[in-house]
Amino acid sequence: MADKRLRILVAKPGLDGHDRGAKIIARALRDGGFEVIYTGLHQTPEMIAEAAVQEDADAVGLSVLSGAHMTLFPEVMRLLKERGAGEIAVFGGGIIPDDDAVKLKQMGVRQIFTPGASTEDIVKWVRENVTPRT
Amino acid sequence: MSKKKKWLETTYRQASERPVRFSTVSDMELEPLYTPDDVTGSYDEAIGNPGEFPFTRGVYGSMYRGRFWTMRQFAGFGLAEDTNARFHFLLGQGQDGLSTAFDMPTLMGYDADHERALGEVGREGVSVSTVYDMATLFDRIPLDRVTTSMTVNCSASILLAMYLVVAERNGIPWDNVGGTIQNDMLKEYIAQKEWICPPRPALRIVTDMIEFCARKVPRWHPVSISGYHIREAGSTAVQELAFTIADGICYVDEAIKRGIGVDEFADRLSFFWNLHNDFLEEIAKLRAARRMWARIMKDRFGAMNPKSMMLRTHAQTAGASLTAQQPMNNVVRVAIQALAGVLGGVQSLHTNSMDETLALPTEQAVMIALRTQQVIAEETGVTNTIDPFGGSYAVEALTDRMEREANDYIRRIDEMGGMVKAIETGYPQREIAEAAFHFQRQLEQGIKTVVGVNKYSVPEEIPIATLKIDAAIEERQIQRVRKVKRERNSVAVREALARVAEACRSGENLMEPICEAVRRDATVGEVSDIFRAEFGVYKDPGWI
Repeated sequence: MADKRLRILVAKPGLDGHDRGAKIIARALRDGGFEVIYTGLHQTPEMIAEAAVQEDADAVGLSVLSGAHMTLFPEVMRLLKERGAGEIAVFGGGIIPDDDAVKLKQMGVRQIFTPGASTEDIVKWVRENVTPRT
Repeated sequence: MSKKKKWLETTYRQASERPVRFSTVSDMELEPLYTPDDVTGSYDEAIGNPGEFPFTRGVYGSMYRGRFWTMRQFAGFGLAEDTNARFHFLLGQGQDGLSTAFDMPTLMGYDADHERALGEVGREGVSVSTVYDMATLFDRIPLDRVTTSMTVNCSASILLAMYLVVAERNGIPWDNVGGTIQNDMLKEYIAQKEWICPPRPALRIVTDMIEFCARKVPRWHPVSISGYHIREAGSTAVQELAFTIADGICYVDEAIKRGIGVDEFADRLSFFWNLHNDFLEEIAKLRAARRMWARIMKDRFGAMNPKSMMLRTHAQTAGASLTAQQPMNNVVRVAIQALAGVLGGVQSLHTNSMDETLALPTEQAVMIALRTQQVIAEETGVTNTIDPFGGSYAVEALTDRMEREANDYIRRIDEMGGMVKAIETGYPQREIAEAAFHFQRQLEQGIKTVVGVNKYSVPEEIPIATLKIDAAIEERQIQRVRKVKRERNSVAVREALARVAEACRSGENLMEPICEAVRRDATVGEVSDIFRAEFGVYKDPGWI
């Protein structure tokens, strides 16, 4: 199992163009030893679910700063399930108020990182919580 | 040996020094002391008096002794009537200019009823799809007396057309309409990442707007050349300065190529800078920017009118510097950043609200932000004398150094063939991502401190109230847009859109055809669709 590097899809759903965080996380995850695919901006939930399946991702990290997280996160999860890839771990971050983070976790989002989270914490979380899909 | 060197080797060496890196937030290392030895250039040539070339000390002769800066809080959320109410609240609180935040679909050229708008309608700004939304947004606001700023870029031509049509319907001639539209597409590819088509056609639309405003809407600022977003994306202060001025050079080049004389439009260009935490660096940046622009306009473009050489600017405190942790601390950050802006001589200012890392601001939080400006203006006394930091050895030395370093970047961009080429190769984008990553690493290594985040954190945060946007407004706005589409004369709309498409192809100025299209109820999304069809759609290269 040590020979398979985890593949993480870092994705920017929706119309929001704030990619500073997503790019920093992508780079930190890559430096942390994971294989990282960054989708670029302005992805629809369909595009992200499709890319996750195509790229055989073990986890999908979503970055949303536009306030549309309560729509976009569940939609990505639904579309992953629809493609039989519901076991892909979905985590994310952005401008997400605490009550929304709680709700998202209840919906099955594995973790939400909010402003101020360190890249180290995120890398560590992925290492400890994401397992390769078989 | 200079006196300073001698001092460094004797008195300073014997004194103690904390074991830290003495560098700005942009990681520019500073010397322990600046003295007259560090300031080069004569007073008249490099600094000069306010209102005179090279405008280092300010663009106006009397600066804030004449009038304060315009206090202009950026606002927008929900439906047009929600934002209109916030506008009236702000004007009632002593604010003197309006600034409109649109939602993501509007900013990206989609109507509220488009599938890509799902979940985003009215979230991050106000939703405007039709000219009727625009009319509601500015209801009971005298468009000939209040200046309005609109933050919108790739769909700016359409939103400006709607604003002008609303003015027209209120009986206000375009000559009397004053304001600013951001419309700085180059920085979109560099930093903010809102676009429809690729850079070259986008630049053509911007140039159409510069030309159109110079001839038809003389009090309007057709581009606000923006460093703000470059900095928010993680650039250093010098990169912000360099890339922004380089963007400005590109717009001036394009307008001149169009055959417009530099002095016919240059006094209508304005700027928009970020105000970050590093107090001295920010004051120096604003002073350096004014001097650079004055020299560039005079020497590079041969401007004759001093007004063409004046860098007039809006500024906003740095959103990215605010923390979700202990959010009340943000009030302090904003105050210090705003003070730097005032000491840097800005013409217009937005102060962020303390809760903006969590949501759009509440009315209470916006009021504190506005009061911060009023305290600076009317209590601190910094407005009594012009450019009080002028002549500070440190500030003058930093001003010189930032100008020099920014000019190095501009030279590199010139060598690449200009800003569009540089953008196409990803040069500024990568430089910014690199700087953002560098800062993040310094933060995590404790080289840089963010109070309440990597130092002085508390185990239990005290939650503050935040603004909630009612999810039901999306459906209401969708119904509203659909109603307009159902009830309008669709043949007239189709004809008008075909005229826009024809102008896209022929190279005729797009603004009149777009004005006609919105008069006939064409929507933001429909005109944007013409751009998509005629110019193609730009895709993010996704450089990490």
